[in-house]
Amino acid sequence: MNQPVPADFETMLRLALHPVDPPESLKKRVESTLQDLTDAAVDELEAWEIGAMSDPRNWMRPVAAAAVGASAGTALVILRVRAQRKRHAAASSDPLDLVRRTMRHAAGEARKLARRD
Amino acid sequence: MDPQHKARLDADFSDLYRAHLRDVYSYSYYRVGNHHDAEDLTEQTFLQAYRHFERAQAESDGRPLRPWLIRIAHNLAANLYRDRSRRPQTPIDEGTVLSTMHTTEDLVEGRDELARIIEGIKQLPEERREALIMRFALGMDNREIARAMDKTDGATKVLLHRAIKQLEGIVMSS
Repeated sequence: MNQPVPADFETMLRLALHPVDPPESLKKRVESTLQDLTDAAVDELEAWEIGAMSDPRNWMRPVAAAAVGASAGTALVILRVRAQRKRHAAASSDPLDLVRRTMRHAAGEARKLARRD
Repeated sequence: MDPQHKARLDADFSDLYRAHLRDVYSYSYYRVGNHHDAEDLTEQTFLQAYRHFERAQAESDGRPLRPWLIRIAHNLAANLYRDRSRRPQTPIDEGTVLSTMHTTEDLVEGRDELARIIEGIKQLPEERREALIMRFALGMDNREIARAMDKTDGATKVLLHRAIKQLEGIVMSS
């Protein structure tokens, strides 16, 4: 015998095919694997940065890297760096030293966010 | 690769992962019909996506990458079925597809209708079933589904329309 089709078929279809939340164990598993891959990239960045900081032409690059590398945390990096700048200004012996300290701090904040993410 | 570029790609990929883990898992679950295989499929999807992310991002031209992710999951699921079909000790039981997706609690409200719809979905051709999963489980629009299935927007609209009509017919006659 034929059955009547439910009044709002698409609504019923949406209920039948509801989204399924992934289990926590899967999140941990995938994030752990991806974190290992990301850590390798961060270590590589750190090694590059130490070598490149001796050349003043590269001083702006870590700041750019911090800004784009942190992605969702970019605003947080900028806020933290601004808050630190006054302290760096007081502690710096000259303007170039201030720039160097600020850039190092920005890169450090980006690394923290990358590791935490 | 420039380490800074790599760091930026990783950050972008993390965003993609967080935004679409549930989508990939839902698709995988409805595709393979059990949590164990869905977890493996989801993990493999993201690992493969990570390997090809740079190219996909460059070619996306700013468009969302969800269809690309779902397409990876689709291809991996097809491989999973193909590999298993070559191993007689672990045959695919078509009856298990979609059979374990709902608990009793899920079906308290309108459970007869839902049960009939779920049974009906099992009877649809694979392409139509996939289109319905993308539309109703993942909430993808026609354009996204078209990209995931490598079809035109028009063909996708027709596919969805026919899938719903066929399913209605199956539910009515059940």
